[in-house]
Amino acid sequence: MAIKLSLGPVLYYWSKQKLLDFYQYIAKSDIDIVYLGEVVCSKRLEMKFNDWMELAHMLTSHGKEVVLSTMTLIEASSERSRMRRFCEQDEYCVEANDFGAIEILSQRGKSYVTGSSINIYNERSLKILQKQGLKRWNLSVELGKEQLGILQNNRPDGLETEVMVWGRIPLAYSARCFTARSHNLPKDNCQFKCIDDPDGLLMKTRENQEFLCINGIQTQSALTNNLIEQLDVMQNLGVDVVRISPQSQHTLQIIEAFSQVLAKKQPAQFFIAQLTSYATTGLCDGYWYGQAGMTKTTIPLKQAESA
Amino acid sequence: MLNSYFNFTSGEYILELVCPAGNLPSLKAAVDNGADAVYIGFKDDTNARHFAGLNFNDKKALSGLNYAKERGVKVFAAINTYAQTGGFIRWQQAVDRAQELQLDALILADIGVMDYACEKYPDLRLHLSVQASATNPEALEFYHRNFNIQRAVLPRVLSVKQVEQVAQFSPVPIEVFGFGSLCVMVEGRCLLSSYATGRSPNTYGACSPGSHVQWQEKANGVLETRLNNVLIDRFQEGEKAGYPTLCKGRFEVNKHTFYALEEPTSLNTLSLLPQLQKIGVTALKIEGRQRSPAYVALVTQILRDAIDTMKKDPEHYQAKDEWMDELLKVSEGSQTTLGAYHRPWQ
Repeated sequence: MAIKLSLGPVLYYWSKQKLLDFYQYIAKSDIDIVYLGEVVCSKRLEMKFNDWMELAHMLTSHGKEVVLSTMTLIEASSERSRMRRFCEQDEYCVEANDFGAIEILSQRGKSYVTGSSINIYNERSLKILQKQGLKRWNLSVELGKEQLGILQNNRPDGLETEVMVWGRIPLAYSARCFTARSHNLPKDNCQFKCIDDPDGLLMKTRENQEFLCINGIQTQSALTNNLIEQLDVMQNLGVDVVRISPQSQHTLQIIEAFSQVLAKKQPAQFFIAQLTSYATTGLCDGYWYGQAGMTKTTIPLKQAESA
Repeated sequence: MLNSYFNFTSGEYILELVCPAGNLPSLKAAVDNGADAVYIGFKDDTNARHFAGLNFNDKKALSGLNYAKERGVKVFAAINTYAQTGGFIRWQQAVDRAQELQLDALILADIGVMDYACEKYPDLRLHLSVQASATNPEALEFYHRNFNIQRAVLPRVLSVKQVEQVAQFSPVPIEVFGFGSLCVMVEGRCLLSSYATGRSPNTYGACSPGSHVQWQEKANGVLETRLNNVLIDRFQEGEKAGYPTLCKGRFEVNKHTFYALEEPTSLNTLSLLPQLQKIGVTALKIEGRQRSPAYVALVTQILRDAIDTMKKDPEHYQAKDEWMDELLKVSEGSQTTLGAYHRPWQ
């Protein structure tokens, strides 16, 4: 089976117009699966439930498979209701990003996808969730090809595997909004400052090393995870879907690059320089090789492909 | 039991004091100073304080268990990391060991491990670890329905009002953190440590592991703390330096250098005890299996005193200055916070 290409949910706070324009382009791209929804902060209200549904209809009409993503950190009762609303619609499959959503979906007998924040570290976890309706799971972003290989060998039949191959890595979630904190504002009066950072806010060490990226209550890597050179390895490991995480610029070109490599129209190497220029703070791939996530390995391409 | 307060209506304890024990002297310190329960870990990566020289082998565990049982104190085992591919057997053995020892409860985070425990030992009492990141009643329902958990420890990200809402709709009694080092991020969903070092609480049972820490003193007296070469903080001569936990360093955001995520600080809920009791919180946990027996003795004693004082007269209870002063001395950065319980912190 050919690997499918997915676009993860937009993790940043973009204006409604920016999102609508963005997805018009996505509709015409080579992407197979589109994840939609606000997964980071419930205060980001530019898009209402019906706006997401309209977008979903538009993308479906262009032949895209749409999955609705639920919030990752569910605390307030309003967040619970919102999670429930996404889980209780029957038009689209849901990506559960919290066990609360898994509970609602499995009780309703619906099949679902789990996002990378659902902790699956062993084959027994996969089996349990499959019995509860899991149809596709995302590999934890901190795991690499070695663990994936073992999980794939023991994966229950019929289960699909998805791996993130491009984007700043979601690393942590908090009750605290770090964007508001950086502006000396409390979360309850955040003034929606994060809408000014379409790719998050860089957090550097005092030696000017670009270390992390603040996105409201979420903390990401400053570096962009890039595994375009590992698509062949993923094919051999039986990965079904690879995920690109959207960014404010060049997402279409990134999709194009991955699509070309998956279709074997160009070798991965052809796109390295171009992709490097799209990652404004640099690339990393350490997690995939079992190292610190921020590491950029310098394994020559040929060796990496045969690994 | 001398120290405990039993609610005969709910059949549960109210503010049971759960204390950390990284080794036998700490366990004894906790028991001697008023713990209702202590929690321990075994000597491997099956628990989230996988540090050199810490934790219990079988002999020490048995000896600690006997010491606690003779004094009416319960012992829980934290098996609260995620079972790694190819290594599931270690988590299985940890569960088997806890069963053989007849510990009072297991504190688990991984659904695979929970599944093993409840399938093999249906009578074993399971608590949901904070590392399972369950912050809402629906998530708790999942663990209760599938693995029959009997209690859940909530992540340190909820406001008091939110704790109340979770407790109200939760299928199981709730335990919250009362004192100790503060995780700023939702536990079980923080990969900052593995991003910098390759080792995280989920995969290795340690955050900002000592193996990757560097302390570098410069000629001008400036001290730099690093984690796998990443500069976490820099201290001027005479400035008090802290361990480079990576969420508690000073970083630059928008050309401004400050504690971008959190300051070195400890959680202290002494002032919230009446509210936590009113909400119906079943147990209060002290963090710090990596800390000294002296720390465990002091914090256990103060929290015991505070809970007892509050129970006698909740209406007029106030956290005493001497308690707060003593706790400050063992707090990170010599300061404490109400953390997420207090909305403005967020």
